[in-house]
Amino acid sequence: MASIVSYLKSSILSKVVMAATGVVLVAFLSGHMLGNTQMYLGQDKMNHYAETLQSLGVALWLIRGFIFLSVVLHIVTSINLKIINMRARPVAYVQKNWVKATIFSRTMLWTGVMIGLFVTYHIMHFTLGTTNPGSFHLTDAAGRHDVYTVVLLGYQNVAISAVYIAAMILLGFHLAHAISSAFQTLGVNHPKYTGIIETGSALVSLVIVCGFISVPLGVLLGFIKPVAVLAAGGM
Amino acid sequence: MSLNANIPSGPLTQKWEKHRFEMKLINPANKRKYSVIVVGTGLAGASAAASLAELGYKVDAFCYQDSPRRAHSIAAQGGINAAKNYPNDGDSVYRLFYDTIKGGDYRAREGNVYRLAEVSNEIIDQCVAQGVPFAREYGGYLDNRSFGGAQVSRTFYARGQTGQQLLLGAYSAMMRQVGLGAVNLHARTELMDIVIVDGHARGIVTRNLCTGAVETWAADAVILATGGYANVFFLSTNAIACNVTASYRAYKKGAMFANPCYTQIHPTCIPVTGDHQSKLTLMSESLRNDGRIWVPKAVGDKRAPGDIPEADRDYYLERMYPSFGNLSPRDISSRAAKRVCDEGRGVGASGYGVYLDFADSIHRLGRGTIEERYGNLFEMYERITGENPYTVPMRIYPAAHYTMGGLWVDYNLMSTIPGLHVLGEANFSDHGANRLGASALMQGLADGYFVIPYTIANYFATAKTAKVTTDHPEFRKAEAEVRARMQTLLALNGKKTVAQIHRELGDVMWEFSGMGRNDAGLRKALERVPVLRDEFWNNAKVVGQGEEMNIALERAGRVADFLEFAEVMLHDALDRKESCGGHFREEYQSEDGEAKRDDENYAYVAAWEYAGVGVKPVLHKEELEFENVKLQTRSYK
Amino acid sequence: MKLTLHIWRQKSAKEKGAMATYQVDHISPDMSFLEMLDTLNEQLILNSEEPVAFDHDCREGICGACALTVNGVPHGPEAQTTICQLHMRKFNDGDALYVEPWRARAFPVVKDLVVDRSAFDRIMAAGGFVSAHTGGVPDANAILIGKDAADKAMDYAACIGCGACVAACKNSSAMLFVGAKISQYAHLPQGQPERKRRALAMVAKMDEEGFGACTNLYECEAVCPKGISVAGIALMNRDFLRAKLTYVETKTGGA
Repeated sequence: MASIVSYLKSSILSKVVMAATGVVLVAFLSGHMLGNTQMYLGQDKMNHYAETLQSLGVALWLIRGFIFLSVVLHIVTSINLKIINMRARPVAYVQKNWVKATIFSRTMLWTGVMIGLFVTYHIMHFTLGTTNPGSFHLTDAAGRHDVYTVVLLGYQNVAISAVYIAAMILLGFHLAHAISSAFQTLGVNHPKYTGIIETGSALVSLVIVCGFISVPLGVLLGFIKPVAVLAAGGM
Repeated sequence: MSLNANIPSGPLTQKWEKHRFEMKLINPANKRKYSVIVVGTGLAGASAAASLAELGYKVDAFCYQDSPRRAHSIAAQGGINAAKNYPNDGDSVYRLFYDTIKGGDYRAREGNVYRLAEVSNEIIDQCVAQGVPFAREYGGYLDNRSFGGAQVSRTFYARGQTGQQLLLGAYSAMMRQVGLGAVNLHARTELMDIVIVDGHARGIVTRNLCTGAVETWAADAVILATGGYANVFFLSTNAIACNVTASYRAYKKGAMFANPCYTQIHPTCIPVTGDHQSKLTLMSESLRNDGRIWVPKAVGDKRAPGDIPEADRDYYLERMYPSFGNLSPRDISSRAAKRVCDEGRGVGASGYGVYLDFADSIHRLGRGTIEERYGNLFEMYERITGENPYTVPMRIYPAAHYTMGGLWVDYNLMSTIPGLHVLGEANFSDHGANRLGASALMQGLADGYFVIPYTIANYFATAKTAKVTTDHPEFRKAEAEVRARMQTLLALNGKKTVAQIHRELGDVMWEFSGMGRNDAGLRKALERVPVLRDEFWNNAKVVGQGEEMNIALERAGRVADFLEFAEVMLHDALDRKESCGGHFREEYQSEDGEAKRDDENYAYVAAWEYAGVGVKPVLHKEELEFENVKLQTRSYK
Repeated sequence: MKLTLHIWRQKSAKEKGAMATYQVDHISPDMSFLEMLDTLNEQLILNSEEPVAFDHDCREGICGACALTVNGVPHGPEAQTTICQLHMRKFNDGDALYVEPWRARAFPVVKDLVVDRSAFDRIMAAGGFVSAHTGGVPDANAILIGKDAADKAMDYAACIGCGACVAACKNSSAMLFVGAKISQYAHLPQGQPERKRRALAMVAKMDEEGFGACTNLYECEAVCPKGISVAGIALMNRDFLRAKLTYVETKTGGA
């Protein structure tokens, strides 16, 4: 164990762990976001997708374990780095101005903390159903877990949607710096490609955030409709 | 005392090789028994410290800066000469030797200069091996340029930062030895005095600039690589803290000071703007490759430069020196600028400036090419002056830049105090009365990398001095003197700051002992300097304590030494009744205003021996013998 | 010009510091920032007060000694300019300026605005060199280096070691400084034999000295008076990682 966590003593290895786990999490987020957009395809497709994931069994748990490990490493390393970095400047500037650093890059830890809190809530909401035991165990006509309706009911609550949207905007702030930053940390910085990497990273963050936000927005604006309405033949 | 330069006999080209063979060696296993103190970590000091530590000697290196990497060698811009003849344009060791002797106006030793030219090639090899990123051609070969009036392209360069890159090379070599424990580094530590035991230099007294602690250090030999004394002029291109203290302390302890009046005035500096000015900034001489120097033809023509038509401009260097033109050597260009300004044709608010105009080059080569060559220099000029040199011609004026004079050393770079070796700008040896552009870096590194490692072994092997420690009474005595002097300085509680007095000293020296000197002026200066010195000791103000960082005290100590040293310089200038190189005596010039040497009576090195404060020092002459070069009038027409 | 200066005063490393306020008058726009401080110091000395200690030497932007933070930006408001080359024409009459030292644990304050940057020297001693002892090296033209590689190396070699990168960094990280040295040698053939050793040794020393870790804000690049690129940090990361994964020190006894 000691040798595994010894990387924490090295600034660059810690950064590499941040970047590598970050890459895993961005990949996960991309997949998650694409999964969420199944909501647009209706109850059947969405519930089928959810059931397929569940049927992976051991594989699903392996994936979950891998993601969970990444999250833990990402958090533990970031806290350790924060401690190192705070120690590195015991006396603060009386006045400090920034020339180039963006608000996104300077607030990574705080957006990270908020996202962490949100994820906890999110798991309690949609994975465990702790916050909504009454509606969590619905099933559809085919007897499958009616994920579609559970999500829909959640997002019809304006307050819950607002929390999700706000969290996704914070995620956007985090990713705005994180993705291109990971390239730099992993040693990819080249005059020919840095511009492309930066634009591409911004684009990927934007797509991920918009994709996520579109679902609660879609519900609130009525693009994604309850099953009853669909059955009644409306639209 | 007789001065023996110890120049080996035999033909010029074999002197160094013969000497290297004849010098005694120290067995590798015995080297670690010898310790060396190196003061100063510029090109000469850092290269010496690194090389000696590599050989196995125990080295203690000292510098006043917070890091050895900041020594003022770092500010050299243009380049470093070597006789590689890579461009196939006719260069050779002999030509570099000849050019250096001629450029120095025949006031340097043939033997030393030939050795310098010989080792110049090894320096380039060494620096490249260290990873110094010299400019290259696309094919991967080293690029050369012509510099400072040379008619061959023998200057190696790294953009406009050659000194920086060479120093970082020497610094990194030294830091490697620091990492290996072979060099003990003492930064922010200033030399206060030199300790002599039984006639040999055996140690130094220092002050730790952070804590104020006064300490003593003993060794088997002491090397001073402490740079030049151009700050005697107050305004110069030197770094603010450059000082004469180490050399002057050695002089007071019996080392002779050679040719102190040989000072180099650099023609291309940014003119003074006001009394607040703390230093002058050099614009690289390379600018003269593409810039044309001019002033208005008419006295008092105050039109903007763009409004002065070609017919009303005087491109005076091109007119007076048609074959070298704007590339005439530094002393000649500087004096010409002074002459036109004294005529009332100078430009800028003060009237002490001339134009360096790039309009023709921009027209001929395009702005892009000029930007590529000098972009960073143009930016620097604009930052300092607020004027854009692409559209308005630069204004330049000469400023004190380098001092050819220094502690007298023999061929082994040893002063008249046995065991006290002096390297780089701090010694007097290789540049005669005037230094060629891109030769200072060459000399500093030659001394440190390729001369002292050989000659110091010979000293150890022949001197056979007994070991001493800092408990020796001479150390205790020197330390007590240093402490007493500090207390005297700290007690000064007058009405003037040290900087004010330094500025006044600078004004006197620049006016009477700057670009032009004459009998009456030098005598006047010799009256004024003692008055200033009295004022310093009676009316200067120093605040703070000794046992802490005290910038007022540091400066006071340095200025106190300048105030004594200035007189030595003036005596030398007065005594040398001829004009040569950087020493221009107005009484001794040809009809057209050129320097007139007197080889009959003054072909000697003037080495001055201390005789007391305010007392004229004793002159010793080392006659210069020219066996290979025929003395000629230096002509750049 | 008339200015109000808020300057960090600290008697010594052990004592606590605080901001002190001074007024200066008759400041010429042609003065450099340090000449403006000289004016203040002359004033202080004549009033029997201790002058403000600050590091400076060449005053032409190359020695790297000067190290002041003005209004929260190392070396002040002008891009790619050391504080010694910053001129007062960049400020306005009546401005209030905050002048502080570099702030980092690895750069402890010695006095007032003077800090101890010897950590940089120790990092250099750990590996910032090519092990070439004096003498016995090949002819300079025997090592061919293309112009592009030489120029790249020079871009990184231009570092003046002032420490503004550390001062500007949110985390007081020294990675731009270390990255620049590693990158200079990485672009040159002379640097190859020790490339892995150098990366490992310099980075380890950097961590040991108490600098923070980079979070890619690139503030260092923005304040660097020589415009050193953060691409050097990426290269350092790459070299360090590669060395960490592949380098095995040979331990053979000599005879």
